[in-house]
Amino acid sequence: MISPLIFEPERPGSKDIAWCPGCGNFGIRNILRSAFAELNLRPQDVVIISGIGQAAKMPHYINVNGYHTLHGRSIPIATAVKAANPSLTVIAEGGDGDMYAEGGNHLLHAIRRNPDITVLVHDNQIYGLTKGQASPTTMLGMKTPTQPWGVFEEPFNPIALAIALDASFVARTFMGYFKESVEIIKKAIQHKGLAIVDIFHPCVSFNKVNTYEWYREHTYWMKDHNPYDREEAFKRAIESDPLPLGVFYIHEKPTFEELVPAYKRDKTPLWQRNPKLEEIGKILEAKRTF
Amino acid sequence: MVEFKEDVSIVLGGAAGQGIQTVEEILTRVLKLSGYNVYANKEYMSRVRGGINTTEIRVSSKKVRAFVRRIDILIPFKRGVLPWVEKRLTENTVVLGEKENVEEEYLSRVNFVEVPLNEMAKEVGSPLYLNTIAAGVVVGLFHGDFEVLEEYLRKRFGSKGEEVVLKNIEAARKGYELGVKLCEDGTIGIEVKRDENVKKEVLLSGTEAVALGAVAGGMNFLSFYPMSPSTGVAVFSAQHAEDFEIIVEQVEDEIAAINMALGAWFAGARGMVTTSGGGFALMSEALSLAGMAENPVVIHLAQRPGPATGLPTRTMQGDLNLVLYSGHGEFPRIVLAPGSIEEAFYLTAEAFNLADKYQVPVIILTDQYFVDTYYNLPELDLSKIKVEKYIVESDEDYKRYKLTEDGISPRSIPGYGKGVVVANGNEHDEWGDITEDEELSRLMQEKRAIKKLETIRKNAMMPELVGREDAKYVIVAWGSTYHVIREALEVLNREDIAFLHFKWVYPLPEKVKGLLEGKVIIDIEQNVTAQFAELLKKEFGVEVHHKILEYDGRPFSVEEILDALKEVLE
Repeated sequence: MISPLIFEPERPGSKDIAWCPGCGNFGIRNILRSAFAELNLRPQDVVIISGIGQAAKMPHYINVNGYHTLHGRSIPIATAVKAANPSLTVIAEGGDGDMYAEGGNHLLHAIRRNPDITVLVHDNQIYGLTKGQASPTTMLGMKTPTQPWGVFEEPFNPIALAIALDASFVARTFMGYFKESVEIIKKAIQHKGLAIVDIFHPCVSFNKVNTYEWYREHTYWMKDHNPYDREEAFKRAIESDPLPLGVFYIHEKPTFEELVPAYKRDKTPLWQRNPKLEEIGKILEAKRTF
Repeated sequence: MVEFKEDVSIVLGGAAGQGIQTVEEILTRVLKLSGYNVYANKEYMSRVRGGINTTEIRVSSKKVRAFVRRIDILIPFKRGVLPWVEKRLTENTVVLGEKENVEEEYLSRVNFVEVPLNEMAKEVGSPLYLNTIAAGVVVGLFHGDFEVLEEYLRKRFGSKGEEVVLKNIEAARKGYELGVKLCEDGTIGIEVKRDENVKKEVLLSGTEAVALGAVAGGMNFLSFYPMSPSTGVAVFSAQHAEDFEIIVEQVEDEIAAINMALGAWFAGARGMVTTSGGGFALMSEALSLAGMAENPVVIHLAQRPGPATGLPTRTMQGDLNLVLYSGHGEFPRIVLAPGSIEEAFYLTAEAFNLADKYQVPVIILTDQYFVDTYYNLPELDLSKIKVEKYIVESDEDYKRYKLTEDGISPRSIPGYGKGVVVANGNEHDEWGDITEDEELSRLMQEKRAIKKLETIRKNAMMPELVGREDAKYVIVAWGSTYHVIREALEVLNREDIAFLHFKWVYPLPEKVKGLLEGKVIIDIEQNVTAQFAELLKKEFGVEVHHKILEYDGRPFSVEEILDALKEVLE
């Protein structure tokens, strides 16, 4: 096994970490490093594509390839990275605002497209970087500076949504459970197809409701759950209190990269290819006649 | 008898769904294979059925590549066509067709030749043969090779069974014989020279040239959301995706399309999006990311009139300012605008090298007129295509945004070398990590917006000069108006007027200024506000003297340019 230490970046800009003391993102970073190490992945073979927000700063604090992009756009970029070079391990990472609000449409269609990427959603049920507005997963009734009357929109249920759309791999964890989270993320990375992991983590600065204690008290690990049974998975997905943790649903199916014609005969990554000039020649030849 | 010499403009008009496209296809291919130079362009309404669509086919002794207003032979497939093209009718226009398709008031204005196309179709067995008969008539007028027509019909209808093939050949023959008869009995006279060499040439559209150029330039990832008139490039690419072994993906929206293209480049592939103004508007967020992250990307933007939905199926050069200034913040980009189909092929291929080399968005501006135009041209030279890759292997201390003199940092990709690549849409240090440092922020802004821009400008392509360098007048134009202006100038035949055609629109090389000094500058553009003239003023402080503008959604015709130039010239 590779040491998790090789995922510790030595770059000058990676030392000043922007997360608040006690932030759940530190825990997720440690979980990721252990998962990568246990999977024997090398830093140069992993890519994290992130959006915008505190969660999206991950590429700067971990030694793998990274692309810190735009709010909500990590999934289409990650999809293309994997398609361009399927030998890479590709992770799209962002918060609940990133993946469920601004990038909601991309999430829906990524599930349909099924690229072999892992989508990690740091779900703290609040907008942290913009200082405490409600997110799509904020609970009913919570008062925030921009929802002073209390949230009245129904919270988004990413797990039920993903199962409803027949996503390939759907799981939820709480970063406070280190070992279990490492196992779930390893499974998600190893899963062939789109894997979505909703990761509960507290926002110590702006969410005074969903704290470490709250998540421990309001979640439980699913035992004897069969993730291949979609109906059962859906029933679990709509349980609200306590919230189930674990792998809800698995549906193995062909991935985007497996289905595109580009890789049917030739497995060379796109970047190593040269244009098929002879095919262009054939088309031009045909244009002389009909 | 009405006679046409050297150059005949044939217009077919009918409802969407009546098969005008089929006739256009038959005629251009069969006449070309009979040795005639052909040019075709269409105009159509934004609807699936009904309305009026027309197609212009020029058949000529020499190469023609431009739209003309005049109609020599008109074949209306329904009532309403003549009023629709009223301004294009001349006293010589011959209208071929049925009385029921020609409004009473036009009968005295045109040379009407009654041909019972529908009746003939019914005789063959079904009104469906109307198109084939009409095509046969025109091929007959030119005494085209009937064997070629027959072979074409076999190929086109072969999959539908022998019966359909034979019926179509019968329909074509009836039409052909009628066409020949119209010439022999002196109703219509046509004298257009054939050229054996033309038979071997390729017939290519603007759409196909962009798509083929992209693939030749190494495009292996195309993401798009359908939007007229840019979709053709995606359709063509998708239909050949297996042969080219490329990825062509129709995505959920334009935002996903361009972000995917960025991802493809980030991982070392060569990505492109094809879109129109409205779609590009949605892409401006990611364009800004490309600017900040120095992520190469190629964008094909086929313009149509706006604002908003505008005239979805018509043409304009109204999006120059959009591509010049879109995206928040300051960053360089390259804007290209091919003038001919050959140029579209070579320039689109080159766009990928430019994006790779300078790590900027490269935008190829075409328009509806351009993508829907096609004509025969000599061979495209594939050996001229050079795929230049600039990707470097990373070392352990790889700096994605290394500060350099020319503003270009060597670009590596994930998985190539010992290092890791960190790209970033936030302001960053040389390694790609977020920074808010004053000095670094300033250096990085200068690197992108000044140093890199100047490096690109130094290597920018000069405009093509048509005519004498010492001419008193100089026309400036860009993109698709190239051939229309050239043909107007040929007709005008004056030595004191030259033409600068810009296929490289931005950034402009310094030397351009010298070509404009002391000249009477005539700006020709298809937009309301003369956007390119504005750019010349901004870049060089040069004011144009005359503006010839069109913005009715229709392409400039040779006659319009000619008339406008005559007004401007002393």
